[in-house]
Amino acid sequence: MARALVVAAGLVGLWQLLAWLTGAPPYILPDPLRVMRTLWARADLIAAHALITVGEILLGLALGTLLGALAALVLAASRRARAWILPLLVISQALPVFALAPLLVLWLGYGMASKVAMAVLIIFFPVASAFFDGLRRTPPGWLELARVMDARPLALLVRVRLPAALPAFASGMRVAAAVAPIGAVVGEWVGSSAGLGYLMLHANARMQTDLMFAALFVLCVLALALWFAVDRTLARAIRWQPETPHPL
Amino acid sequence: MPLLEPGHPSDDQPPGIRLEVAHLAFAGVTLFRDFVLELPGGRWTCLLGPSGVGKSTLLRLLAGLLPGAVRSASDGLPLRGRIAWMAQSDLLFPWLSVLENAILGYRLRRAPRALLEEKRAQARVLLAELGLGDRLDAAPATLSGGMRQRVALARTLLEERPVVLMDEPFSALDAITRHRLQDLAAELLVGRTVVLVTHSPREALRLGHEVRILNGRPVRLESPLVLAGRPPRAATDPGLIALEARLLARLAGERTQREAA
Repeated sequence: MARALVVAAGLVGLWQLLAWLTGAPPYILPDPLRVMRTLWARADLIAAHALITVGEILLGLALGTLLGALAALVLAASRRARAWILPLLVISQALPVFALAPLLVLWLGYGMASKVAMAVLIIFFPVASAFFDGLRRTPPGWLELARVMDARPLALLVRVRLPAALPAFASGMRVAAAVAPIGAVVGEWVGSSAGLGYLMLHANARMQTDLMFAALFVLCVLALALWFAVDRTLARAIRWQPETPHPL
Repeated sequence: MPLLEPGHPSDDQPPGIRLEVAHLAFAGVTLFRDFVLELPGGRWTCLLGPSGVGKSTLLRLLAGLLPGAVRSASDGLPLRGRIAWMAQSDLLFPWLSVLENAILGYRLRRAPRALLEEKRAQARVLLAELGLGDRLDAAPATLSGGMRQRVALARTLLEERPVVLMDEPFSALDAITRHRLQDLAAELLVGRTVVLVTHSPREALRLGHEVRILNGRPVRLESPLVLAGRPPRAATDPGLIALEARLLARLAGERTQREAA
């Protein structure tokens, strides 16, 4: 925690230094103090928009994780389903979400739905592919033991394959938590009437660069908080797989 | 509290097993060709042989885990559901406690709650007997290798299957514990069809009714060494010590033959 604060302070210092050295006017590069003052003065406005974005991110994360996990289960359960669905999955990822954003806004409107859909599209793939990977890499010894014990098929899935795949699922979730804000904000940029992305565009058009930076700062803090919350929750849920103290 | 009954409690009489392997190769190397193994019902057969000769593979063939073999039981009934298998690695599930690992089979077969409770009670007694009474709720990751092996042994014994296949079940234990657990296993598994893979001639001689030596490639099986008396035999028995010397000589002889060839 102390280290995170030091890193944050270092970055802010660097930013201040840059503002001094370049002597850029505030509408190009506002210094940290000015941004903090704007943040304080416009806290109500920023909070209202942040709440919308947080809602989009959390809904997208929940739906995307659910759909991704379901897809992984279907893929793991049926070889035929795998042959049909896997190419679709890859195609869905080959299309850049940024390119789909205008369509989604057109179809789902300026409200939250199009942003949630965007976040789901981004989150779905890392969760599905990591979880599927975990599901098909159950250590063979465990499967053999379960076979000699005449495990019921459902018990084999729920009591062997699923728990064994949890660490892989967690890796997917961590990636998902890191990219979830991208989906929501891209959606807001393309077309919206609320949210931090909208606020940034709006401020940018009016040369309120300090407000833009303040919104960006809040988005950054939110994304970090989300990632750490997900990371901690996962580590707690999979306590049986402790981290190696010195990975390298 | 009921400890596991020695011998076999159900009316499912432990059958003899005949295993036939016409041909089995891994990566182009023939491991088994026209191989036949007969295991007497209700007795301990110990398999000895150099590392890599195929003892573990043989056990997995017996467990029905590999294709390419024909297994038949002397009573003509299918072997499915009548075998307990203890692999060389403990195969404990890291997300389950010691106690729940010990009754894993019943969990995976979705046994009714009453049976699960009964097995948990038995497992507590057995694990205490194995020196793990104070670690029932511990995670496997916190145990030593020898402790983990004992949990795996408990899991195998609690299956109460008429046929028990064990791959070096005592290898990670210290000498005293090993001796004690050999006695315990011999007592609890008396009357069952047991196959024990081991590297230790002494272990084979203490526990087996028959000792079989495997060697060569494809694997050849020497005629069985049938032992008198009831296992577990005392490790201090002079007859046993003399036999051990002869067994060692036979195993060592094979090695020098192999190296010469």
